[in-house]
Amino acid sequence: MVITGAGLVTALGLDWQTNVNGFRAGRTAFRPVTLFDASRQRVKLAAEVDLPATLPPTRLHAREIGRLDRAARLLLWAARPAWDQAGWEPSENLPLVLGTTSGGMGNGEAYFRQAISTPSRQGLQTTRAMQYLPQWQALNLAEALGFRGPVTIIANACASGANAIGHAFELVRFGRAERVLTGGYDALSELVFTGFNSLQALSPTTCRPFDRQRDGLALGEGAAVLTLETLDSAQRRGAEILGEIVGYGAATDAHHLTQPHPQGDAALAAMLAACESARVTPGQIGYVNAHGTGTPLNDSAEANAINRWAGEHARHLPVSSTKASIGHLLGAAGAVEAVVCLMALRGQWLPPNASTQEVDPVCGFPLVREPADARFELALTNSFGFGGANASLILRRFS
Amino acid sequence: MNGIHVAGIGAVSPAGWGLPALRRALDENAGLPVKEVQREGWPRPFRIRPVPAPVTCPAFLGHPRLRRSSPISQFALAASIEALGEDAARVANGTLRLGVVFCVATGCMIYSARFFDEVLREPTTASPLLFPETVFNAPSSHLAAYLWTTAINYTLVGDASAFLQGLALGATWLLEQRVDGVLVVGAEENYWTTSDAYRRISRTAVLTEGAGAVYLTGKPSGSTPLQLAGITDAEMFFDQPTRRAAMERVRRQLPPGDAASLLCDGRTGVARFDAPETFAWRDWPGRRLSPQAILGESFAAGVAWQCAAALEELRHGSVASAMVSTAGGNEAAIGAHFNRCE
Repeated sequence: MVITGAGLVTALGLDWQTNVNGFRAGRTAFRPVTLFDASRQRVKLAAEVDLPATLPPTRLHAREIGRLDRAARLLLWAARPAWDQAGWEPSENLPLVLGTTSGGMGNGEAYFRQAISTPSRQGLQTTRAMQYLPQWQALNLAEALGFRGPVTIIANACASGANAIGHAFELVRFGRAERVLTGGYDALSELVFTGFNSLQALSPTTCRPFDRQRDGLALGEGAAVLTLETLDSAQRRGAEILGEIVGYGAATDAHHLTQPHPQGDAALAAMLAACESARVTPGQIGYVNAHGTGTPLNDSAEANAINRWAGEHARHLPVSSTKASIGHLLGAAGAVEAVVCLMALRGQWLPPNASTQEVDPVCGFPLVREPADARFELALTNSFGFGGANASLILRRFS
Repeated sequence: MNGIHVAGIGAVSPAGWGLPALRRALDENAGLPVKEVQREGWPRPFRIRPVPAPVTCPAFLGHPRLRRSSPISQFALAASIEALGEDAARVANGTLRLGVVFCVATGCMIYSARFFDEVLREPTTASPLLFPETVFNAPSSHLAAYLWTTAINYTLVGDASAFLQGLALGATWLLEQRVDGVLVVGAEENYWTTSDAYRRISRTAVLTEGAGAVYLTGKPSGSTPLQLAGITDAEMFFDQPTRRAAMERVRRQLPPGDAASLLCDGRTGVARFDAPETFAWRDWPGRRLSPQAILGESFAAGVAWQCAAALEELRHGSVASAMVSTAGGNEAAIGAHFNRCE
């Protein structure tokens, strides 16, 4: 099961190479929020994407393009290069599996504002109501690229993107599809930003995953899309193979709605299941892209889980969290971080979280804090979400 | 799709809490009472069928995770507990690996609207208790915590087709032996925001709320074992003409049926929404039941009730096989086929 196309959009940039340069250097992309009024918020920074007014070429008409919300645009900016890179043609039966937490939240917010201020006014309310639902963005994507097929939208909070890719991987692996378009997306929204602020989960200083003094996460936005297909399909078409997805594991943490089990039991279960699925041992993994939000509870639980999962190997296992660069992308996080692993595997480098100053002693592993080259064949990426959704993916360098 | 069995069904609907109430309402075949919702500034009231208060307070509300939960979580819990029956104890003691597929269209509308209202008034004091309950997967998380299952758990978002896609997903988890049982739940809750949005699409629709649950296993269960015989492809559509074509493709993938077959379709009583199913099944030779025309439109929960009604008829021996179909709202048409294990 191979990857033949990948696209991503983050606050670091809209294309592959800009993101490679940014992640490889450990660049950070936080700035004052401009998408909504954050002046009364406790924290006022986020990793916003510089989204152009135009879109890459698609089959959508100008009127349809005019209706696209920010989340749909992020998704299209990620999907178009992946589609082109794969060399896929319009199809009548291509499954689409997407992960998101907020879907068309921007439409929902606009709807609500008007509904409470001028309830009898029609305006764009019907369109907003329809496009609040995430399937609308999925259908827009299908229309834009010219394909049809079953749509699956997984909303497992911050693990959504990883669950979506994992589900797509299983569709191909178990012979239920030859090709699947998959990924995750989420745009910044006022509701979600305020929600994390209300929980005091946002860092009032700097997002520093696995730092002893860490004080919270930073939010971001973005999207990543992958084209997955069987090796046979890719070779038959003469497609360039970017890498492989070889393992996926998922588990549920029933401990608390918003807090992980302190020892990371479900994270451990997800990582073990991913290894079993990939038929590899933790000792064969050469890099872990941690969920690493920068919150005190997540990072200690995840570090405990990694220590338990890797055992003796932990002492030599490089780990980092790219949320230090682009923030937490919620439903897009798992997909974007899978693409970061793909980049790192292809380039044989490790993305640092440069903002961390004093590593928390709970980390029984070396935290990557400086840009570094490395030789490794397998990378594991973790995604954990509200509600106890835990997912791990394993990617392999293609050779 | 061999070897996928239905081991339990549960429902919370405007007819009441539990499957017997649903069955009674469908047997009586009379529209349930409608409540009119009015808000300042609305040109006319919107008609809904709310779920009545339970006769006795459900015991699960004493669980710490459920104390502040929204109605959608409570509906989902009640339907799931009913569907699981005695197997709930096996989940809790770790002898049954239970997967969960929670299917929803509109999500946790009440807390989302309340929280955003607080955000607009004063973001610094918006309640941290409300925000986590706004997330799509909050109900399935509560469900997992209450049942204490740590196995795979997905929340699928989509139109009404999501529930049957969820059944298909649950069946594949069983076939891959990742779990011993799967609870597939469809749930929705009403709030003025949903009514306001829907009145812009239809003035005559009657929205409702509740949940339905189907418990799938890999082994026959009970004295009248039922099985999921097949699920069609989810046929995507973009507009009304392609919706009709999608529904016809679904029809062609299901068995033709006979006089002893039952069709539980997704018609709600709004002619233009119902047209694709009315047309696709125009030559249906057996009995036909439209639960949402009696109960009201409820997206994922509504299709779950269709399945519950079909399975109840099968269990009671009044039909030999049953089809369930939905033309979806804005994503896909899909159908399923159930029968008794002979």
